[in-house]
Parts: sequence; C-alpha cells; structure tokens
Amino acid sequence: MSLAETKSEKVAGWNRPPVVEPDGEGELLEVAMGPHHPSTHGVFRMDVALDGERVIRLKPVFGYLHRNHEKIAEGASYLASMPYTDRLDYFCSLTNNWAYALAVEKLSGQEVPERAEYIRVILAELTRIQNHASTIGFLLQEMGASGTPLMYAFREREKILDLFESLTGSRMMCNYMRFGGCRVDVSTAWLDATRKVVAGLPGFIDEFEALLTANEILMARCQGVGILKPDLAVNAGISGPMLRGSGVNYDIRKVDHYGIYDRFKFRVPLGDHGDIYDRYMVRVLEMRESIIILDQALRDIPAGPIMDPKAKIRGFRPKPGEAYGRIEAPKGELGFYLISDGGPNPYRYRVRPPSLINLTVLEDMCLGQNVADVVLIFGSVDIVLGEVDR
Amino acid sequence: MLGEGILKGMAETARNFFGSYVSKERLTTVEYPEERVPTAENARVFPFLVYDGAEWEAGMRCVACQICEKECPPKCILIDKSKDKKPDYAGKPQFYPTRFDIDISVCMSCQICVEVCPFEAIKMDTQFELATDDRFAGLLLDRKELAKSNEYYHTIHPTEATEVDSRLAEEKAKVEAKAKAAAEAAAAKAAAAPNPAPPADKPPAGGGD
Repeated sequence: MSLAETKSEKVAGWNRPPVVEPDGEGELLEVAMGPHHPSTHGVFRMDVALDGERVIRLKPVFGYLHRNHEKIAEGASYLASMPYTDRLDYFCSLTNNWAYALAVEKLSGQEVPERAEYIRVILAELTRIQNHASTIGFLLQEMGASGTPLMYAFREREKILDLFESLTGSRMMCNYMRFGGCRVDVSTAWLDATRKVVAGLPGFIDEFEALLTANEILMARCQGVGILKPDLAVNAGISGPMLRGSGVNYDIRKVDHYGIYDRFKFRVPLGDHGDIYDRYMVRVLEMRESIIILDQALRDIPAGPIMDPKAKIRGFRPKPGEAYGRIEAPKGELGFYLISDGGPNPYRYRVRPPSLINLTVLEDMCLGQNVADVVLIFGSVDIVLGEVDR
Repeated sequence: MLGEGILKGMAETARNFFGSYVSKERLTTVEYPEERVPTAENARVFPFLVYDGAEWEAGMRCVACQICEKECPPKCILIDKSKDKKPDYAGKPQFYPTRFDIDISVCMSCQICVEVCPFEAIKMDTQFELATDDRFAGLLLDRKELAKSNEYYHTIHPTEATEVDSRLAEEKAKVEAKAKAAAEAAAAKAAAAPNPAPPADKPPAGGGD
C-alpha cells in the first residue's frame, strides 16, 4: 500500500485536522523511521513523508513483535495465560495481572478477600509510579538529555522493583495475582519496607521536578507541540494520561470503582492544552496522587485471608458466559474480554491494549510538525511494543 | 529569568554527582562480578527437583504424575513414567520418572509447576549464571542435572523449605498412623475371624490392607 492511500480524508466521520499540504516545489521525501530507530522503543516503523523538515503524512507500521498471544490463550488453561499477560506491557506486569484476574473473576463470580484487594491496590499504584517515572525519563532521553533524567527515574524504579522481587520472586515478570486473590501473602517486614520506599518517593518527585519542570529547553520543546484535541481524543478511544492531558476527566478508577478504589481519596489531574507538556505534567501529578493512595492503603490494610477459599488452582472451569474486565493501567484502559463455553480454556480471549489504541492518533498529532518533534510526540504517547503487537 | 530552570536542574545534578561520593542512597550500583547484591529469598529463576537423603535417584520426591507437564504454559517439561515402583519418603510405593527434562531455553520461570505440584517435588532455583556455549544440549537439563538436595533447598529458600518439611512430616505421620491402625485392625480381624458378628469399626480396617 502506498502512502497516498492513507490520506486522512478517506476516514469518514473523524474530526481530523486538515491534511497539511506541501508548500514548496519539488518532491516529498519518504523516510522510514524504524524499525530499528533508537527512539521507537522497540521494533516499530513510522513511514513519514517530509517536505523539508515538516511532516506531511505519517503511517505507523507495527506487528514486528506479534507473538500470537490471544490465540495461544484460547488453547491454554485460564491460569496458563496469567504469566503471558506479564509479557504484554512488561513495564507494568502487575496491572496486567490485575486486569486479567478481574475479567476472570467477573466471569466466574469469585469474590476477592479484603486483604488481597488492598495488596492489589498497593502493587498497582507502585507500578504506576515506576511506569510514569521511567516514561518521563525516556521522554527526556528522546529530547537529547542523554542519561541523567532516565537514570534518576531508574534509580527509584529499582527500589520498587526490589519490593516486587522480594514479594513475587521476579522483578518484572511477577505472575502474582490469581483468580480470587493473590499468590503469596505480604509479610509485615515487606509492608514496612514499602512504607519506607513510599516515604522517600515525594522527595524523589520534588527532585525530578526541580530538574525538569521549569527547564527552559523542555518547555520550548514540549509546549504547543503535538496537540491532541479533546473531541478527537474521545472519538479515537484514547485513554489514560493522554486523554486526561487533553482535559477530559475520565479515570476508570473513578468511573468504574473496580476493586476498592472508592474508599480512597485522590484527585484526577487534568491538562489544559493537550500538548506534550500537559501529558508530562499529568504524569508527574498522577505519581503524587498515587503516593496519596499508597499512604491510605498501607495505613488501612487489614489482616485476613488472601485467597477466595472456593478458588482452585487446577481444573478451573468457569460457567458459560462472557465478561469484560477493565482497569486503569498506567498507560490507559486495559481490558480483557473473555467468552467461556464452560471448558477449561476460554472460547475467545481478547485484549484491549491502551498502547495500540493510543498510538492510532499519532498521525493527527504529528502533521505539520518537525521530524525531531515526531520523536518527542511518539515518546509522550507512552507505549510498550509488547502490548501494541501482542 | 531565562535559564533559571536550567541552573536549578544543574544544581540538582551537581548535588547528585557529589552526593554519590558520600551517600549510599545516591550510588546504588555495584561492580558486578566482584561485588554482588544478595538475592531476595523469594527470587526464582528455573525449576529444580528436590530429593531427600544422600542418593538423588532413590530420594527423588517426584512421582511422575505429569501434572506439571500438563500445566506448564510453554510446555517445556518432558516426563517418562517408570514401569515399576519405588518407595517414597513415607514408604508408599510410587512411580518415578525415568526421564525428566526441562528445556530452560523455553521455560519462562512462571513457577506454575511449583504451584500445581501436589508432592512438593519441584521448586524454583535462584542460580542465574547459566551461560553456556552449547545452545541446545547445554540448555536441556535432564533429571540428574535438575536434582538438588533438600539441604540445598533449605539454603536458598529457608522459610519456605521449613514450611514444606513440616507439612511433609505431618503427612508422613498421618500415613504411618494410618498404616499402624490398619495393621492393628488386620491383626484384630485375624484374631476375631471365628466370630460371626463383626464390630462396627470393621469397614475401615478392611480398607487398610
């Protein structure tokens, strides 16, 4: 398919910005950015048509990392898909576990004990903090601040990953949540260690903000670049910090009240302009709100069982039916849609990945911008290719 | 003032740079092969098979029930069941694996095999320096390479291993008590054989032979 066929007018009903027309004479330069470009976070290609430095058209090409996750899950038992969900968005394996467990629990009607719900919230918010910190680090890396902000973010991430390792046994591929609870219980020592790490996080975010927020170079590169209009964001199904950066107040923790999120007091940060700077700011403020949730959860966590007593590991067969479980993952709405025919494996297993759907508006944000800004806009979307291609 | 933000950021990096000479908080890396951070107790890498006693083949806990082979998500386990039986830790005759292979180039360290094993026979190792120059045979571990003693299990996961030992001891006591009760009942039955009316506690005794 040639680039001309991806012209935006062909997509009817979309509130798209007008296609940017080349102004000079001469031909457009077609450049394939990727799949091995260091800014593409993996193997991803952007076919861009350039008029000088301006982007006239952009076509995202993905699928290089496709590994048949949904079809494999349809042939495997429900439990056997749990470790594969770790590998979707490998930065946030615990929120992936939660979304899948939530869908299966909806399907089978299992109850989750109180303590397990608190553990899930604590782990999900820790995941959110480390994801947002490293996303900002990578964004700055792409801006040319080679190393420093990313290493500061990774230093904090390391502390959180150490907590994950001492609890779940693995730093990134946690495979921790089970249908009806969690795999192992948290110890008092682990909770104390978590409290200590959480107590140190506001200092880290202050330091991070002193380094970045008022930095003139960052403001010049980010403000007014890659604007995403709220109506386009809603129409395209964008979710997560990208949607809230455009000023749409939609947080599934507030909308769905899944788990026990209605017990915690926290605010949803919103952007004003929908540019890269707003998305950066929304992520920083979300980290601060996550710390507030963590403080409350670590204060209130009750004693008790961590598994539904009726839950069984082997021979799990939910009754026929369908369920959609979704959570507010760090990158946006992560949903799992399952159809059961009463057998040991799902009849249909579908992942609604936030990374892929947030990527669909890349062209709209990049048209008319410079090539150097495309890298930044792409970085501000916050994707993991493992989840885009599945 | 233009440039104030940059100066502020520079001050922050300077503080971190000079702080790294005095504070462990700001210098978190170690020189790896010479210096190591201790592994977490729960850490997991690849599975191994536990055996009791000194003889790996005689003491192996695995009874070749093939549940882990079936539940393994990437299907990296291959088990061949024996024809004959050998006594397990409680003295009960059980099958044993004549072949137990794990392809660790396929294994994804999810520890579902450990969760589903009803015999506490397969556990997760913490050994991670497994580099080899043989891509295929070097990464296909057979049952001899996988067998590790219970003492080794105690050194890598002390809390978990102690729990497992007490659970197994409990089960062994239960099995022995049952065997003893069965033997006593059999003896009583033999003694009481001429009597036409059996007492009420006979049926469990009949099941114990």
